[in-house]
Amino acid sequence: MTTDLRMPLHLLPADAESGTGSVPLLEAGQALTKKDFTSDQEVRWCPGCGDYAILAAVQGFLPELGLKRENIVFVSGIGCSSRFPYYLDTYGMHSIHGRAPAIATGLAATREDLSVWVVTGDGDALSIGGNHLIHALRRNVNLTILLFNNEIYGLTKGQYSPTSRVGQVTKSTPLGSLDTPFNPVSLALGAEASFVARTMDSDRQHLTSVLRAAAEHRGSALVEIYQNCPIFNDGVFDVLKDRTQAEARILHLVDGQEVAAGDRVVVRDDRGALSLVPRVEADPSRIVVHDVAAQDPSAAFALSRLDSPDLAHVPMGVFRDVARPTYDDALREQVASARTVEVTDADIDALLAGRDTWTVGG
Amino acid sequence: MSHSMSTKKVQRLDRVVIRFAGDSGDGMQLTGDRFTSQTALLGNDLSTLPNFPAEIRAPQGTLPGVSSFQLHFADHNVLTPGDAPDVLVAMNPAALKANLRDLPRGATIIVNTDEFTKRNLSKVGYAQSPVDDGSLESYHVHPVALTSIAVEALASFSDLTRKEKERAKNMFALGLLSWLYTRPMEGTEAFLKSKFADNPDILEANLTALHAGFNYGETTEDFAVSYEVAPAAMEPGTYRNVTGNVALSLGLVAAAHRARLPLFLGSYPITPASDILHTLAGLKRYGVATMQAEDEIAGVGAALGASFGGALGVTTTSGPGLALKAETIGLAVSLELPLVVCDIQRGGPSTGLPTKTEQADLLQALFGRNGESPVAVVAPSTPADCFDIAVEAVRIATTYRTPVIVLSDGYLANGSEPWRLPSTAALPDLSVEFASEPNAVNADGAPVFHPYQRDPETLARPWAIPGTAGLEHRIGGIEKADVTGNISYDPDNHDRMTRLRQAKIDGIAATIPPLEVEDPSGEAKVLVVGWGSTYGPIAAAVRLARGAGARVAQAHLRHLNPFPANTGEVLRRYDRVIVPEMNLGQLAMLLRAKYLVDARSHTSVRGLPFQAAELADVISQAVKEASA
Repeated sequence: MTTDLRMPLHLLPADAESGTGSVPLLEAGQALTKKDFTSDQEVRWCPGCGDYAILAAVQGFLPELGLKRENIVFVSGIGCSSRFPYYLDTYGMHSIHGRAPAIATGLAATREDLSVWVVTGDGDALSIGGNHLIHALRRNVNLTILLFNNEIYGLTKGQYSPTSRVGQVTKSTPLGSLDTPFNPVSLALGAEASFVARTMDSDRQHLTSVLRAAAEHRGSALVEIYQNCPIFNDGVFDVLKDRTQAEARILHLVDGQEVAAGDRVVVRDDRGALSLVPRVEADPSRIVVHDVAAQDPSAAFALSRLDSPDLAHVPMGVFRDVARPTYDDALREQVASARTVEVTDADIDALLAGRDTWTVGG
Repeated sequence: MSHSMSTKKVQRLDRVVIRFAGDSGDGMQLTGDRFTSQTALLGNDLSTLPNFPAEIRAPQGTLPGVSSFQLHFADHNVLTPGDAPDVLVAMNPAALKANLRDLPRGATIIVNTDEFTKRNLSKVGYAQSPVDDGSLESYHVHPVALTSIAVEALASFSDLTRKEKERAKNMFALGLLSWLYTRPMEGTEAFLKSKFADNPDILEANLTALHAGFNYGETTEDFAVSYEVAPAAMEPGTYRNVTGNVALSLGLVAAAHRARLPLFLGSYPITPASDILHTLAGLKRYGVATMQAEDEIAGVGAALGASFGGALGVTTTSGPGLALKAETIGLAVSLELPLVVCDIQRGGPSTGLPTKTEQADLLQALFGRNGESPVAVVAPSTPADCFDIAVEAVRIATTYRTPVIVLSDGYLANGSEPWRLPSTAALPDLSVEFASEPNAVNADGAPVFHPYQRDPETLARPWAIPGTAGLEHRIGGIEKADVTGNISYDPDNHDRMTRLRQAKIDGIAATIPPLEVEDPSGEAKVLVVGWGSTYGPIAAAVRLARGAGARVAQAHLRHLNPFPANTGEVLRRYDRVIVPEMNLGQLAMLLRAKYLVDARSHTSVRGLPFQAAELADVISQAVKEASA
């Protein structure tokens, strides 16, 4: 069978608002289950790895999209998290270190009928692949990027990563890390990301709700997922997983609601700086009410700076979700509007000839 | 412009080599281009060589800032841009000084005396003007105040500044040369009209300067004779003039059309490849999508992603970029997906000589990746051949599901020659079959898809694109089990897969034409073997050597991996094999290693193509030694 895959003459009547708006849906009455998204490959992460929970959440969530399974693609880089595509029964590519966003960009740009996901880690996305990540976000390619952040290099057995904390002792930093870590959310917002969220491997419900919002978003959606590495950085997020401690530490970002953790709320001072104060002391007019759709990214950025290295308080949820033209849609639009008719052999003949020709008689 | 008005003598020449040289801001490339176009329309055969600095505007009037354009045209078949110019147009002292050593005695020099000021002379170390001090007496020197005559001709253009008027001096020079060599100017007029459609003043000024130059030649006593060169006898057909980069771009578009695949180019700007990106970016109407990526790696990555999705993924670059793309090309070798990588070579190592030519990336193309990572490598031999090689690269990439590296170079990229237009319908049918259904059954008898189950003839694996139900599969850079494509660390499997990947590339030789030898005498004992852009200079040198009585055979490789199947047999037929290359002997090393023949290198890495006369001496010497 030969399939004509040439650029469509006219854009599909896509639901431009939705991340999966141009992806074919299952027939009415059809439904897939978690099992349909589970490949026959043995999962080979370490026992207790946070990746298992994320895999289960993703496999459990994908049927909800109602998309044809064959139109979903997962592209990953290198690292523990990047083995992810092997375990999902969709199309998948386990590529090379750091390059998944670039590869996924080419795929998304040429195939609007695909739901393209990138799975990456803190080393893959923020160190060796930092350039591709920021440019995918800047272009706003229609990709859902899941960044598993365990603040360590796992697959190479325990070197510090670009999100490891200052002073962290690892195999490559026996006297403590000297590097200032990246805050992935701040970085993404600085790179003009139109959707940025943070969630955690162990909170299935929150993780699923963030995946839902990310998949719904048309454009690049960056989801940072705090993920535990039980071997090389065990327990690094434990204080956020302990219910009693988490309440006071996690600042839940919910659109239209005050940003608060336990009995403290976030207030904005005259200069726009945010701080956390006991609710009883807060001037009600200064309490920050979250607006995910704010066009100006500075409010979301200020929230992202509320992170503290000791996890005393950490914003979780969707920081930003704004509509912005996507690179791949715009590229297809340029091609489609230039290419108004089927290209024939005669058109190519004319192209080859150009404007200045001469003929030699026989 | 009517030529019949001329009262001067017209002399017929069989060939002319002209070099336009000036400051990099003087518009010499444009002047050369226009003169070339006029010459092409007249039906001469031709070959061009632009030569310019990497700096956009090096300090004015200095030697590093000199830009030149050489054109060789003739009433017969032309193979090179010419060893030495018959005419040099020098727009300033730097242009004269930088090019004088290439001029044979008796050559004609037209100098723009307006620029021969004390200051400009001293910038390049002339104490006195060479035009006046007798040092040029073995040349025919025409001192012309090009700038001031051009400005004078534009006296009535009151809205233009003096600077704007001075800028028209290149059109004046073009007009003068058009008169001198009896070239029609209508094409240039049309070109200017379209280029300056939005600026009628500048358009009029350029047209006026062009005609003023022509009339100056007609009336001045300094030029007593004008010349004409009759059209060359060429194969019947419709022709255009084309540079290598444009031909390569058009070849990719035509091949994608014949493959019924969308063309996706992921590219990062780099000299001398960027013109391919520019050209393809303007061809969206043909379904071409181009992406200027954030870096070289993203360019090839996006192309590979597009190929995974069923597009024709292409990336373009030069040597430093090929180095950066190496890991992704290795991934493509492992994924066994089509990918076309065009390396427009330039002088290296490192940044090297960005605007100068070299062919020193051959070994990088063949071996510049980790592991046993074979890819197909092809190289065009002339600017027009860039079209055919692009089609061939697409054929190999899609048939064998492999990366193909195209090794063009700066000389082919920017050089031009007449191209007999092919008929699109007569190009090979490159249509591709995507996998559409399962190709195996599992232990339970249920249909399954094995992504690495190969075509027995080509050893290519199925191209199963996302969106195809029932063929969901995962591929990656980790070694895969033969047939199923699952991850495998099994030692025997790795050995088998490594040999399969190699066998697939080796097997391409079955579908490429045999290496042809050109030996009119049939008795040559010496064979000259080349590859890539050295074709023209080698063929010209062989022609010279034969003219001097030498019996010599020539063969040229367009396929570098794999070589044509008969290559070893051809090489062993000769007593002496000479391999001229613009590197330190990379093809020679391959031929020696693979075929155990005593191939001898002749090399030059000056950033310029070989001179035919110099190569002819090498050949004649070898013929003499072989018959001794």
